[in-house]
Amino acid sequence: MVIEHAGALDRRSVVARLLQDRDGGMLVVSGLGSPSYDVYAAGDHEGNYYLWGAMGAASLVGLGLAQAQVDRTVVVVTGDGEQLMGLGGLATVAIAAPPNLVIVVLDNGHYGETGMQRSHTGFGLDIASVARAVGFADVRTIVDQAQVEEMAFSIREAASGPRFYAVKIRADILPRSLPPRDAVYGKNRLRMHLGFEVT
Amino acid sequence: MSYVPDAGHARLIELFLQDPAVVANVLTTEEEGVAIAAGAWLGGQRSVLLMQSSGVGNCINMLSLAKVGHFPLLMLVTMRGEWAEFNSWQVPMGLATEPALAAIGVTTMRSNTPQELLATVASAVRLAFDADQQVAVIISQRLLGAKEW
Repeated sequence: MVIEHAGALDRRSVVARLLQDRDGGMLVVSGLGSPSYDVYAAGDHEGNYYLWGAMGAASLVGLGLAQAQVDRTVVVVTGDGEQLMGLGGLATVAIAAPPNLVIVVLDNGHYGETGMQRSHTGFGLDIASVARAVGFADVRTIVDQAQVEEMAFSIREAASGPRFYAVKIRADILPRSLPPRDAVYGKNRLRMHLGFEVT
Repeated sequence: MSYVPDAGHARLIELFLQDPAVVANVLTTEEEGVAIAAGAWLGGQRSVLLMQSSGVGNCINMLSLAKVGHFPLLMLVTMRGEWAEFNSWQVPMGLATEPALAAIGVTTMRSNTPQELLATVASAVRLAFDADQQVAVIISQRLLGAKEW
């Protein structure tokens, strides 16, 4: 069944391509629901932090991490619904302007976890325009594989400010690929990965 | 640090903004600061969150992140809606501030005098960052003085 008001790209293959042969310094924060499953399906990594709740947090956790780890690229992978709950957070990120933060919104126009109800983007809101309006340095809408390749290349390059990519994916319901839900484990694992003692 | 401005925090915000060792984030809503603090800690940095009591209500679900991850969290909350408050709109959230924080499991430490506040903040810093607790220092409206209008 093809669900309308969505894009054409396959979310799993987009995220897998994005994180393929990732630089050892890259850190990834995933938003609750399918983006966390997509990131885990692409291969678990000590530099990943998977959110299972706190809707609207992903980009801001990414901001705090990017400000604390200025020499590493922090990639936030989240969904349209999760980012819509934190639209104001995009303004906060843009004003903070960390050049090492990349926000990737997997936009299927729907709330996949709760029964595929249409989201604001499914009703026509262009979330990339929101990011552009609040002042992101580089904003792109990704609709085909060639643009996915460009995005995968771009996130490995230095930038002058925060980047925002809205990736138009199909509204598929895929087999779940569940990362650990233990938020303390994830925290300690990432901090150890960065060389901090866990006490 | 991150903040939504409040008159009671004005001087502290100014001091933070002038300090080159501090990264300051202005927020659109207080809950953003809870998430920023978690991210900062993941990256090895301490963060403090400044807000007025009305902002506590905006934070409640986001505090799940700090609670479930045992992320150190230090909130400095200036009170409205209590001592000599003139604006009735401030009162409901003022009444709910400490019960709401207690309901989600954040430790509250109230200060009524400047001397008490200094010791309380020092204590809250240790509780948050050494014991991985979520702590809100409640700065009473009596300490700040009633808002002049």
